Amino acid sequence: MKIDRRSFLSFVIGGAAGTALTPLPWKLTDDLAIWSQNWPWTPVPEKGETTYVKSTCTLCPGGCGINVRLVGDRVVKIEGIKGHPVNDGGVCTLGLSGPQLLYGPNRVQSPKKKVNGKWRNISWDDALSEIAGKLGDLRSKGQSHSLACICDSDRGTVPELLDRLLTVYGSPNFIRTPSIQDNYELALYLTQGVRAVPGFNVQDSDFILSFGSGLIEGWGSPVYMFRGKSALKEKGGRMDQIEPRLSKTAAKSDRWMAVKPGTEGALALGLANVIIKEGLFKRDFVENRAAGFSEYKKFVSDGFSIDAISKMTGLDAPVIIALAKDFAGARKPLAICGRGAGTSPGSLQDFLAVHFLNALVGSINRAGGILALPEPDYINWPEGEMDAAASRGMQQPRIDGAGSGKYKSTRYLLNRLPEVVNSAQDSPVQVLLVAGANPLYAMMDTEAVAKAFEKIPLVVSFSSYMDETSAAADLILPNHVFLERYEDVPFARGFPKPIIGLVQPVVEPLYNTRHTGDVIIELAQKMGGTVAEAFAWESYDACLEESLADKWDTLLEDGYWVDTEFSETAQTQEFETDSAKFEFSNSDINALPVYHSVRVPGDESFYPLLLVPYDTMRLASSYIGSPPFLVKALEDTVLKGNDMLVEVNPATAKNLGLSDRKYATLTTARGSAKVKIYLFDGIMPGVIAIPRGLGHTAYDKFLAGKGVNYHALSEPLEDAATGLDAAWGVRAKLTKA
Amino acid sequence: MSTEDKANEISAEAQDQEQAGPGQGAGGPITLFFILGLVGSLVLGWVIFPQLLYSHKEQPIQFNHVLHNQEVEDGCESCHFFREDGTYSGVPKLAQCIDCHEEVLGESEEEAKFVNQYVLKGREVPWLVYSRQPDCVFFSHVAHVKMGQMDCVTCHGDVGESESLKPYEANRISGYSRDIWGKNIAGLKFNSWDRMKMDDCSECHVRDNVNQGSVQTLRGGCFVCHK
Repeated sequence: MKIDRRSFLSFVIGGAAGTALTPLPWKLTDDLAIWSQNWPWTPVPEKGETTYVKSTCTLCPGGCGINVRLVGDRVVKIEGIKGHPVNDGGVCTLGLSGPQLLYGPNRVQSPKKKVNGKWRNISWDDALSEIAGKLGDLRSKGQSHSLACICDSDRGTVPELLDRLLTVYGSPNFIRTPSIQDNYELALYLTQGVRAVPGFNVQDSDFILSFGSGLIEGWGSPVYMFRGKSALKEKGGRMDQIEPRLSKTAAKSDRWMAVKPGTEGALALGLANVIIKEGLFKRDFVENRAAGFSEYKKFVSDGFSIDAISKMTGLDAPVIIALAKDFAGARKPLAICGRGAGTSPGSLQDFLAVHFLNALVGSINRAGGILALPEPDYINWPEGEMDAAASRGMQQPRIDGAGSGKYKSTRYLLNRLPEVVNSAQDSPVQVLLVAGANPLYAMMDTEAVAKAFEKIPLVVSFSSYMDETSAAADLILPNHVFLERYEDVPFARGFPKPIIGLVQPVVEPLYNTRHTGDVIIELAQKMGGTVAEAFAWESYDACLEESLADKWDTLLEDGYWVDTEFSETAQTQEFETDSAKFEFSNSDINALPVYHSVRVPGDESFYPLLLVPYDTMRLASSYIGSPPFLVKALEDTVLKGNDMLVEVNPATAKNLGLSDRKYATLTTARGSAKVKIYLFDGIMPGVIAIPRGLGHTAYDKFLAGKGVNYHALSEPLEDAATGLDAAWGVRAKLTKA
Repeated sequence: MSTEDKANEISAEAQDQEQAGPGQGAGGPITLFFILGLVGSLVLGWVIFPQLLYSHKEQPIQFNHVLHNQEVEDGCESCHFFREDGTYSGVPKLAQCIDCHEEVLGESEEEAKFVNQYVLKGREVPWLVYSRQPDCVFFSHVAHVKMGQMDCVTCHGDVGESESLKPYEANRISGYSRDIWGKNIAGLKFNSWDRMKMDDCSECHVRDNVNQGSVQTLRGGCFVCHK
């Protein structure tokens, strides 16, 4: 029998016919279909019991209440707590991404020490002994004031433990990271005589006039502001935005007025001039509850005539007059300021100008206005005993120059630190503790900051992540992330009522990390003497529970405690100035430098364009690096691949010969970067904008190397009145790549 | 090759066939080979393929449902219970077993293994679940058992009357248990619990005219189970 081609073909045909009569093809098709729907990289939800833990988000100072959903032992989702006074069930994109910050690859998993430029894991005991040894040395040499600490807040148990450590050790150099909070607090202090927390009753207002504030882009407590804006719109209220760029807030407002950048404060004074001239101000407030009005009246009428303001801002005179009339005519108008998300302090003069505008319409300490909330008062630890070394150290002037001389009202001046360190022969800071901050990314002119950090012999980072500051530190003592620890959140930024949030552990710590509060207590106890005596707590959790005392049970159950007895009107008599009134002018205010619009740093002839940063809810604006969910959610007009887009007006682009989505080189006095052009009609000609929050050099592959860091291209500008960084942009040029 | 050449070749083939003689023809071997192919593939498809497709794994611990059923009061729901929020607990966790099995009970080897390897070490038993559906399927036990008043047997069969756990046969391609497609490779079913495929779900849903659309979105068809 010959096996030829025909035999073979008939075998194959027989085989095919037979196969069709078996389940094989149908079963394989079905299995392959199921297989292709269940790729191994497709995330599969955990199976198990669903539970919820109430906690507070710490990813920004917004103080949102969160309900963390777990399946079994795994965190699967973060939701807002329904009925929570701040966010009422809402949560922002960063808050939603919280689980990625817990399980992501960028956690520092154990204490680390840098040896010859390489990280080595060390034990907690060794790490603390090393710091205690170094601090002991400095103290015995009378150099205790060369210990400094950078922290994101100065309220709440952890910041206050750090501050206490510095005090009993003998250093006045506790520094809070800067934000608009600094200027708002100063404005309240200078006009109302109170050291208070600013609150904004956005929900009850019927006209919000925003001087560049990103009300729906992270300003204040983001979710509360979203809700406030919605409430305002539902009630038929009005929101006007003054900003050189069509931000999301501007796009959602009723009227957007693009003034020349930097002249927002002048416009506020011009509006005040119209309101006073037309007699539209609230007489009851100005005459009965305010002082120094006549000097203020003279100041605005002399220097801020309609014509001058029109020329300065680029707005037509009738527009300014109409705006002033509408604002003063509203029932509960509220003016707010602080650009974007408010991460950069800005100029005190602008804040005062806007604050006075609120005072003119009586929107101080009333529903729908700006409120001076009492500082949280639950931390009443017995005063730590200071020995001779501590007293001597505390009498030294602050390294950053805050609180004395020309900046006597300012409390903290982190922006001045790099220059002080860089210009000294030996660094005046010998040991630097950094908690809840990433100055190497977030401070202007990052190169100068990095140089200063190199000069400091011992930099200790308490970050949970390998961020820029951790990468440049000598020791990392990783904190638990917020889903692994207890902590208090002493207020919600911009929220109009005193509120305390409790951060509760949701899962057991994943790695060999330790609560910064515990680390401070242990460090103090290792140092012995009066320093140890001031930290007699058994653990941080014990200290927290003791501090919150009668509020503890409420906090555990609800996740927050709100001062229900607080009312806006009860605050009305609480001006603590010499006159016991709201002061439009006094010796401190009069001593401030004459008002002028802040000019941005850089030489105009070399750098004809104005580069401004913008904030977006799709990028983290605090010290936390954006998790992958956020970066993925960015529009391709912000980030395309690793390329960042710079917003340019088509007219500007035409002049410079630049085309849409093509590469260009963005240069400032501090450096240059390759960017792509995004032609955007919503930005003023001559002004260009880039997002804040990109261009990380540290972190993981999901964030590092994407885009450009605005802070690396920019430089600080010391405000003559406060010493805070007043720069809102930087001069730049764009050339074809 | 020209048309002429082709024509020549065909006629040459015809001659070859003629030479082979009538009757014998190519029909014989061709039929034989056809049958060989047919039978071979039938054997492959019906006998060899199912054996290749599934792997056999023993459960980590042998478990006697009958024995346990005698000890508990609430039938299946004693261990496979509904949580307060209506979700279904599924295969019990160690925490439940520990209520009774804190230490070795009786003399069974499996019991000793269970207590020593899992209970004392606090490790969950990695049970292999015969009825685990692909992740793209949404299924609510409470909707069927409590609201639909169905009993466990309808879908799971007489598991409660088993004295040992059968080997778990995992589909090497999809990774899921053989019990989803059904033991019968042809997909034939004789009892309601023989298969757990999509058609088996829709069979009842269509027959009893229940939930033809998604409860949440009111959209029909796929959205009932594929959310």
